[in-house]
Amino acid sequence: MNRREFVKSASATAVATGTGVAAPAVFSSAQAQARNETLLIVSESGPNNLDIHGVGTNVPGYEANWNTYDRLITHEMTEKDGVRYYDRDKLKGELAEDMNIGDMSVTFKLKKNATFQDGSPVTAKDVKWSLDRAVSVGGFPTFQMKAGSLEKPEQFVVVDDHTVRVDFIRKDRLTIPDLAVIVPCVINSGLVQKNATEKDPWGLEYTKQNTAGSGAYRVTKWTPGTEVIFERFEDWKGGPLPKIKRVIWRMVPSAGNRRALLERGDADISYDLPNKDFVELKQSGKLNIVSVPYSNGVQYIGMNVKNPPFDNLKVREAIAYAIPYQKIMDAALFGLAKPMFGAPADAKTQVAWPEPTKFVTDLAKAKQLLAEAGYPNGLETTLSFDLGFAGVNEPLCVLLQENLAQIGIKTTINKIPGANWRTELTKKVLPLFTNVFSGWLDYPEYFFFWCYHGNNSIFNTMSYQSAAMDAFIDGARAAAANGDKAAYDAGVKGMVDLAFADVPRIPLYQPYVNVAMQKNITGYEYWFHRRLDYRAFQKG
Amino acid sequence: MLKLIGSRLATAVPSLIGVVIVTFMLTRVLPGDTAAYFAGPAATAESIAEIRTKLGLDKPLPVQFVDYVSALAKGDLGSSLSTGQPVAAEISARLPASAELTLAGLILALAIAVPFGIMAAVKQGSWVDHACRLITTAGVSLPVFFTGLLLVYVFYFKLGWAPAPLGRLDVFFSAPETVTGFYLIDSLIARDFETFRAALAQLAVPAITLAIFALAPIARMTRASMLSVLSSEFVRTARAAGLTDTTVIITYAFRNAMLPVVTTLGMVFSFLLGANVLVEKVFAWPGIGSYAVEALITSDYAPVQGFVLAMAILYVILNLLIDIAYGVIDPRARSEA
Repeated sequence: MNRREFVKSASATAVATGTGVAAPAVFSSAQAQARNETLLIVSESGPNNLDIHGVGTNVPGYEANWNTYDRLITHEMTEKDGVRYYDRDKLKGELAEDMNIGDMSVTFKLKKNATFQDGSPVTAKDVKWSLDRAVSVGGFPTFQMKAGSLEKPEQFVVVDDHTVRVDFIRKDRLTIPDLAVIVPCVINSGLVQKNATEKDPWGLEYTKQNTAGSGAYRVTKWTPGTEVIFERFEDWKGGPLPKIKRVIWRMVPSAGNRRALLERGDADISYDLPNKDFVELKQSGKLNIVSVPYSNGVQYIGMNVKNPPFDNLKVREAIAYAIPYQKIMDAALFGLAKPMFGAPADAKTQVAWPEPTKFVTDLAKAKQLLAEAGYPNGLETTLSFDLGFAGVNEPLCVLLQENLAQIGIKTTINKIPGANWRTELTKKVLPLFTNVFSGWLDYPEYFFFWCYHGNNSIFNTMSYQSAAMDAFIDGARAAAANGDKAAYDAGVKGMVDLAFADVPRIPLYQPYVNVAMQKNITGYEYWFHRRLDYRAFQKG
Repeated sequence: MLKLIGSRLATAVPSLIGVVIVTFMLTRVLPGDTAAYFAGPAATAESIAEIRTKLGLDKPLPVQFVDYVSALAKGDLGSSLSTGQPVAAEISARLPASAELTLAGLILALAIAVPFGIMAAVKQGSWVDHACRLITTAGVSLPVFFTGLLLVYVFYFKLGWAPAPLGRLDVFFSAPETVTGFYLIDSLIARDFETFRAALAQLAVPAITLAIFALAPIARMTRASMLSVLSSEFVRTARAAGLTDTTVIITYAFRNAMLPVVTTLGMVFSFLLGANVLVEKVFAWPGIGSYAVEALITSDYAPVQGFVLAMAILYVILNLLIDIAYGVIDPRARSEA
């Protein structure tokens, strides 16, 4: 982008039209080209770290990492309901040109001509160093690697300059997909080691501010909290060269202004507007709106099953029949979610997740269940939600509170600030709450392992314990690793049925990822991480 | 004068020490667990503990305080977790943005409010006086974020006169070389008039938003203070001596009416820095207020402490300047000190 030229033409236009204000929407034909190759994205918040291995890297940071680094392998694209969608089961090489899966190991051959953004070649040594780093730095990256049974540096073996082998410590179906998530990115080990210090052997301070990858884009300017500027890496070997040369990502905290920028045509893409705005934009037809359900994600009402009154199954069922499901869909979400309730009474359990429960709103039945449970006069409790997502959570909880009052349950709404929410969840003392969970790896057993298993992870927010449930989950994981489809199907059906029979948590809906784009923008792709992939976008 | 400055600065030291202690305690007492927040969505208890150790939050409070103070003595304000940058660098980069906006708003407000207040006092009960009352009432009663959004809606969205509310410069401009950190001044130094124009265009609507808010107290105070001075005996004497209206109002009355106005100005400036937080949010302005609020929401201690400390120092300087201005305006203030 030639700034001088733009400046000249913009001021010339400004003078010509007799206004003293340089209107940004006015571009001369010479500038249209540059504008066509630049993508302006607006969102509420930006990254705090460009490296996903860093301490406390936030979700926008994942987006920066995804677009600036390559992995050994990545997913193919397919189409789902008219949206380009990552194919969970089909993987292709990104830095690897060949993947050979053996019984207890997988071998990758690297693309010979791939280089990092500073020009140095991508070698097996870099891959090993990067994977070692992911399993060693601790915190979220190490934890995510563990989810695919990638735990020790000894698992990653350099065979020769362009060949790497990953040894399995146990058979696990999630090992290969876990190598295609954001965390196992390949880092320029030479460059980072040069900038590492004794206190910081993995160079986390350097990669926090600088990108050191081989990805399609590199960050050329980053003003935290204000903007990130990405430029295309012309020698990218991970795939076809992206059409967009430059991506400007600006943080615009006010949702109203993000909408105004889109409607005026100044911004190209925004993806975190309130649901109401998205519905209105969809109706106006001026923009392209894409809504895709979160893969493997469910918003639910959770209950602490350790303590009264929710240790009583009948009370939990009463709540499940008291929830105003449809009202929540209409008034809190404006229809932008996939219902996870009200399946027909004769519906068969599927080998899939998420899937809808058979619960519907039935206050008479709820009242009766509550009486049977020994609370004919109702009870009192608190209903908690995360203020960080108040836009949906608050109306949802108010609607629920109204219905619960009708069956005699008096609730006080407890709004917990975002910074405090996770702490409260970890304590596992909230009696009644709403929350959302979604997993990167889109497998039912992965979801159930985190949310229902007796090893009581932080996401088992209900403190649910059931030997039968653990048997189903462990059985399904083992069956998946051994390719035993019949046992796997039985395990998944078993855990879904039990989860719906015991109702420690009541699924409400599958939330949508909403992206609003100008009409001339094409190439949006849905990824498991739900952030934007700049590489496929096109303009004009 | 030097003695005055010296004694003023000496009295500021205990308050700064107090600020350091109080902000440290306050940020630690706030609910919310930094480590849990930054451990991310898939954290286990162990990974939270790991982060806590990394951040030094597992140490007892007095140890943390000593760490903080000894780093502070070296000019190190710590690092922000949410933006990943050293706080001192962030504040020095962001303070000029806030200062430019606040000063522009204040100057605009002064330019309108002072003549308005004088006219309202001179022509008491006339239409000017009523207009003054109406505008000042509206100014104080409209919250800044509302005025801001309204102006964006009208001037950007509907009319298209104002540029997109995207911060200090449109995305296709690059910032002028930093000298003062004020884009208007820096672009003039660089003789880059296009950038000057672009920066001015970005600044206009947020500055007007702030000015509308600041108008009211300045205009009211000018009017009230002028009224009392105009009814005093030396003005009557001046008029009786046959001096022109201009001489009486500007030279005699206004100079004497300025003292309370200057005091109000100090207060308005501090209000504006507070109001800035909301205006910065609305206009995506990369200032210090939005930075501090964001840090507060994520229980990010270091920026909050840095922000409060920077503000405290700013107030000390501001009060000093006002005291000096007193001396310039009124010789009595000099001798009394």
